[in-house]
Amino acid sequence: MAEEFFIQGNEACAKGAIAAGCRFFAGYPITPSTEVAETLARELPKVGGSFVQMEDEIASAGAIIGGSWGGAKSMTATSGPGISLMQENIGYAFISETPIVIVDVQRGSPSTAQPTMAAQGDMMQARWGSHGDYEPIALSPSSVQEFFDFTIKAFNLAEEYRCPVFVMADEVIGHMREKIVVEDDIEIVARKRPEKTDDYLPFENIENGTTPMPAFGDGFNVHVTGLTHDERGYPDTNNPETHDKLIQRICDKVLNNRDKICSVKSKGCEDADIVIVSYGGPVRSVIEAAAQARADGKKVGYVKIDTPWPFPDEQLEELTASAKDVLVVEMNLGQMYYEVDRVCKRDANVHLMGKIGGLLPTPDEILEQIDKIGGN
Amino acid sequence: MSEPKQNRFLPYMREDRLPHIFCPGCGNGAIINAFLAAMEKAGMDFDNIAMVSGIGCSSRIPGYLKCDSLHTTHGRALSFATGLKTANKDLDVVVFTGDGDAASIGGNHLIHAARRNINLTVICINNNIYGMTGGQISPTSPKGSFGTTAPYGNQDAPFKLAELVAAAGATYSARWTTVQIENLVLAIKAGLENPGFSFIEVATQCPTYFGRKNKLRTPTAMAAVMKANTVYKSAADRMSAKELEGKIVVGEFANTTKDEFTENIDKISVEKSGKKTVINSAFETEL
Amino acid sequence: MRTEIRIGGFGGQGVILAGIILGKSACLFDGKEAVQTQSYGPEARGGASKCEVVISDSEIDYPKVLNPDIFIAMSNEALIKYIGDLKDNGTLIVDPTTTDVEDVREFIDEHNIDVYEAPATKTATDEIGLKIVANIVMVGAITKITKVISKEAAIKAIEDSVPKGTEEKNIKAFEAGYALVE
Repeated sequence: MAEEFFIQGNEACAKGAIAAGCRFFAGYPITPSTEVAETLARELPKVGGSFVQMEDEIASAGAIIGGSWGGAKSMTATSGPGISLMQENIGYAFISETPIVIVDVQRGSPSTAQPTMAAQGDMMQARWGSHGDYEPIALSPSSVQEFFDFTIKAFNLAEEYRCPVFVMADEVIGHMREKIVVEDDIEIVARKRPEKTDDYLPFENIENGTTPMPAFGDGFNVHVTGLTHDERGYPDTNNPETHDKLIQRICDKVLNNRDKICSVKSKGCEDADIVIVSYGGPVRSVIEAAAQARADGKKVGYVKIDTPWPFPDEQLEELTASAKDVLVVEMNLGQMYYEVDRVCKRDANVHLMGKIGGLLPTPDEILEQIDKIGGN
Repeated sequence: MSEPKQNRFLPYMREDRLPHIFCPGCGNGAIINAFLAAMEKAGMDFDNIAMVSGIGCSSRIPGYLKCDSLHTTHGRALSFATGLKTANKDLDVVVFTGDGDAASIGGNHLIHAARRNINLTVICINNNIYGMTGGQISPTSPKGSFGTTAPYGNQDAPFKLAELVAAAGATYSARWTTVQIENLVLAIKAGLENPGFSFIEVATQCPTYFGRKNKLRTPTAMAAVMKANTVYKSAADRMSAKELEGKIVVGEFANTTKDEFTENIDKISVEKSGKKTVINSAFETEL
Repeated sequence: MRTEIRIGGFGGQGVILAGIILGKSACLFDGKEAVQTQSYGPEARGGASKCEVVISDSEIDYPKVLNPDIFIAMSNEALIKYIGDLKDNGTLIVDPTTTDVEDVREFIDEHNIDVYEAPATKTATDEIGLKIVANIVMVGAITKITKVISKEAAIKAIEDSVPKGTEEKNIKAFEAGYALVE
């Protein structure tokens, strides 16, 4: 029997984590994500899971990587200042191909700026935050239900591609309460144990893919390092070819599976003159604005990006094919805008409606932008 | 001619990774031997040991041992180890770290891991210098010692690590040197057997950097100075601060019992779910 | 139909819980849609507190309240601060113990506001003997006055939201609030 709850986004995220099989959480209190930690502190012991409040966010990111190699699906949740601190260990998770889930409930930034206000200023932190080349997966929920669903999806993708996955929420979605429906047949991707054979390589060069990982204690005597390593996991730092192969594969396993990973939702794009592109909290206002514009006789459609990373180039290109103008609505001064511009600029004028300050753009504010673009 | 004698600990090594990167005269080899001897003495199952390390010369040790090993970021080994041990408390988790790794960049993690009394055995190889990056001073460099970043002599007071960790709440803390291998073996054994946070500081020689910068060019010269400056804790307790200047105090600084971190988590799990925390829950199949 | 509700008071009065109960009633027990949001300040207690609920028969996109149809003021500070957002012909419910409706008389008259006085604090203190259930008394009054949620749904939502063992007192508080207005 499906169950219904009227809960906060952050609580839904915690519920989703447990449903996905998360049994280890390490974190540090930070507004506006703290309810994720508080809920898991209460709920994890009820399912035999472990909750640890670490000394800081650096330690939290380290602990969940350790937890993942210890055989537990592991997660942390934080906000801007914390995501900044976690970056080095997040890079470690990418190069060591460790499945973890990082939830970022974004707030006004940079620095400590606006702890209780919404923003989407960390989108490039998810993309480029750690040093070096890697291809992240990130999901952005636009409702409490999606915060639940996307947290589960994040765990599934992390296991499938053996990599960190971000859930890039924002204060609006994290703190608001809505109804969620929890179905009883949720699809969960469990970790596959490798076969114990003489030629097992924990970092095998598989085209567009990755090899199953064992847990520590399974008897594989695996060596995991943040240094450039060969297929056995042994450091091989001065060999250009080893580095190229490793990093290329880590990128390719995500990039070359974009058709499976990328997800968008859209409405009214087929004949649209103007397509609004958005993700996360602002989508709520975009849907209302687009409907109003249609009712007013304007050919306006919208694209909601579920997976900002990897960026859904193909889907966006197709959905904006008829558009003369594309309007990006986001709560920063232009981050995903540059991605949209890269994809759409050949055939359309790409405009930015970047709102900072902490409040969701209103449907009226978006309609004003549509009017401006439409030359009214 | 007879075959050269093989080190009896070779079966524990990843032979396909040898030769190692350690300099001639480095103390790391002796410490690896001491660790493996202590492990055998403690009757521990090598296959159940998982090692975690940070960045630095000493942090390369786990990579040469044939066990699960997590070679992590600089200073953060203890946070990774905390996650690993919490996720699977049946593992015997050993951390190899150095003075810069554990006490400078990782200082906060060190005191918090000690405070939690999590069952980890930490072997901190203290050579008073950053070796891997080429001889910069560390938080344990003696006042007045030289390094590439202290060309006019180190002005800062050093940390006393074993004392610091004992004060932070560890249930076992000791310091020995590479010239007292027997004591070191016993201390590591005690640390492995202690069901809580155990910290074994090993004062060691780095002839390549500390020695060269401080007019102690050979390993033997360094060992001799170390030996001459060693004072047992029992004697040190009766000495003044002035008398202890430049001395290495050896012995145990904590040896006690307290609640252990992962057992406390288990207790809450039993209370709330009726069973201990689940292990290897990520996998679809049992091992 | 979309109904926007704002409840304003000071921290510790339970205005957030009152809003949660409204939202929960609507979407778990009345078959409607609801979104609840709130303001977060650094103060833990005593500061201004604001809770908003949108209730609708259809899917709610924009989740925030801009111009409430219904405004419940449980402190005079909130009354003065938020009255200006209330829609023309909107509904204002005040607790006379903690507010002075005369302070906003001009707005009420100009915008044709329907004003109700629901002495929630006094009722909670005198009838239930527990000042802290004033918020639940107010939920009773809101239910009766606005009919934005059903009485049955409200009772189920209260049982589902209040600490175990306090259900009876809270239902009593709700009934007392429901009986306050005709």
